[in-house]
Amino acid sequence: MIIKIVDYLKERPGPVKFSFYVAVAIMVVWSIGGVDTHHAHTWAEMYIPGFWSLFGLAACIVLIYVARWLGKSGIMTREDYYDN
Amino acid sequence: MTTSFIHPALIMIFGAVFLPFVKGPFRKPYLFIVPLLTLLSVVYLSWHPGVYGVVNFMGGDWTLTFGRVDRLSMVFGFIMALMAVIGTIYGLHVEDNWQHIASWFYVAGSLGVIYCGDYLVLFLFWEMMAFASTFLIWFNKDKGALAAGYRYLLVHTFGGVVLLLGFVLRYQATGDLSFVLLSEENAQLYTWLIMAGLMLNAAVPPLHSWLPDAYSKASITGAVFMCAFTTKTAIYTLARGFAGFDILIVLGVAMAIYGIIYAINENDIRRLLGWEIISQVGYMVTGVGIGTALAINGTCAHAFAHILYKGLLFMAAGAIIHATGKSKFTDLGGLYKKMPITLFFMVIGGISVSAFPFFSGFVTKSMIIAASFEAHLLIPAFLLTMVSVGTFLVAGLRLPYLIFFGDSRCSEETWKKAEDPPWNMQLAMITAGFLCLLVGSYLPFLYNMLPYPNVAFHPYGGYHLSETLQLLAFTAVAFVFLKKKIGARPTISLDLDWFYRKGGQIFLWIATTPVQWLDNCWGAAYRVVGLYSLMTTARFWSWFDWHGIDGVVDGSARCVRAIGRRITITMQRGQIQQTIYISVTFAAILLASYVWL
Repeated sequence: MIIKIVDYLKERPGPVKFSFYVAVAIMVVWSIGGVDTHHAHTWAEMYIPGFWSLFGLAACIVLIYVARWLGKSGIMTREDYYDN
Repeated sequence: MTTSFIHPALIMIFGAVFLPFVKGPFRKPYLFIVPLLTLLSVVYLSWHPGVYGVVNFMGGDWTLTFGRVDRLSMVFGFIMALMAVIGTIYGLHVEDNWQHIASWFYVAGSLGVIYCGDYLVLFLFWEMMAFASTFLIWFNKDKGALAAGYRYLLVHTFGGVVLLLGFVLRYQATGDLSFVLLSEENAQLYTWLIMAGLMLNAAVPPLHSWLPDAYSKASITGAVFMCAFTTKTAIYTLARGFAGFDILIVLGVAMAIYGIIYAINENDIRRLLGWEIISQVGYMVTGVGIGTALAINGTCAHAFAHILYKGLLFMAAGAIIHATGKSKFTDLGGLYKKMPITLFFMVIGGISVSAFPFFSGFVTKSMIIAASFEAHLLIPAFLLTMVSVGTFLVAGLRLPYLIFFGDSRCSEETWKKAEDPPWNMQLAMITAGFLCLLVGSYLPFLYNMLPYPNVAFHPYGGYHLSETLQLLAFTAVAFVFLKKKIGARPTISLDLDWFYRKGGQIFLWIATTPVQWLDNCWGAAYRVVGLYSLMTTARFWSWFDWHGIDGVVDGSARCVRAIGRRITITMQRGQIQQTIYISVTFAAILLASYVWL
């Protein structure tokens, strides 16, 4: 069953992507318009619309690029490094 | 000692000792019943809080406490015993009794630490954990496991010695061995030593490198046990002794970030999960550092949830290694067609760790972040939120994507061998997966167990839901665009274990190259200078012996012979009366001199 579901979705990449973006958009609209932010902890959360969306996107990009940069700076090396 | 107290660790130890005698059809039920009895005894204890098993030791000078049952030890004892049941089910197919014995001693060590009330008992069980778990690495026959086991043992022996040093110094200063909350204001050298010893087991940087190294080399079931017990037992001890120590906030946040960055670059499944343990334990260390009631509740809750979902992830990873023998993303990929059930459970584990609503991480991780906001620690709170984005990126997206979706990098043999695991592994995964859902959906199950029951926390508010969904959704968006950046690469990432791994090699190099050179030089110098002078000296003595000693000896011999000949000629002329005359005169002289003297 799981295989069939995955295959079904894989055969339709367009609609899957489309419904994903629609779901994200609905969620963002709800977060901006429908959620009470008055009890949030910080100023930014209260007054920047969709603060956590921006934060999530930025955090993810920062983490990926920092990890890649660190990896390329010499941390990442060949797998048999310790084998000699 | 009251009669109703049976230490749960004792059940595990006796169970392990008698396991080799249980044969045939009784063996599997026995394997199931012993951890179950342990769990029941833990539950029984949780209904009867108090202090049990107090023993006077060494003529009453020291009091050992084996059974301190309070709310903090109860929640940890419960989850450890529960994980022992799940882990043993997962390993039911393992025929080698020694693996079960090592795992059970390991669990017994953990339970012993959790219920102990003083440093001596703590140390005893602490070392039991370290030694038993080392065998879980050595039982893996793969290349590199033996060396990894030795590294693990050495690092933990070092940690044990630091801990020992700490509490002995404390005993010397205060005369107190009891394991209680230490004072931050009056922190002494021993306070930091004890903390460092405990932190090594919690894998707090810079004492963390042993974790991904050992957990990726352990046997398949061994890793499932190891991912639960060592670090979370250490978190318990930190929560017991060091709640509210500010330095733990800094270290906790640092390890959360450090772990997730290494996990993003990792190519080995179990090393990735190991890095993520470091990252998740970072939340708990931060919680201990904040030290408020909500933060300690959050730490305990997150440890509880973490053991379940990380156990589940390690079980799914173990299922893949069990079937294919491969553990690297560069050797896997596209496996959803062959291992759909494993995929399902890995995703359950992944979304639990990523704090999806209705799964365990959602109701536990948020507690620590909320405690951080409430204590006005904004930077730690935002940084931990950033790490939770990374957690979803790594465990919720990258891990399943690189194993089950995307291009297949499997060899033909790997593809052929890939299949879902046997029934017992699946049963263990079902149990853990169900518990992840239960913790996240039915709040009283976990929240009623926490050390401070009167602290209210409501995770299912609209704001928290919206925050989490936004974070998750935009992490997924970023992943869609950047997934090539964090694809499978055949590399390892250097870490602080470089110092002792390369340090060992440098030592070996020093031994083989400069020291050997020095030895060779010495040999040559010895041959040139030493041997020549020795031969010269020997020749001299030979000459001296010949001409000196022998000369003297031969000379005296010749002299004696000459004298003898003269005596013969002058005295022994064959005339008896003359001979008697000489003899008697000689005797008289002797006698006279004897009397006179």
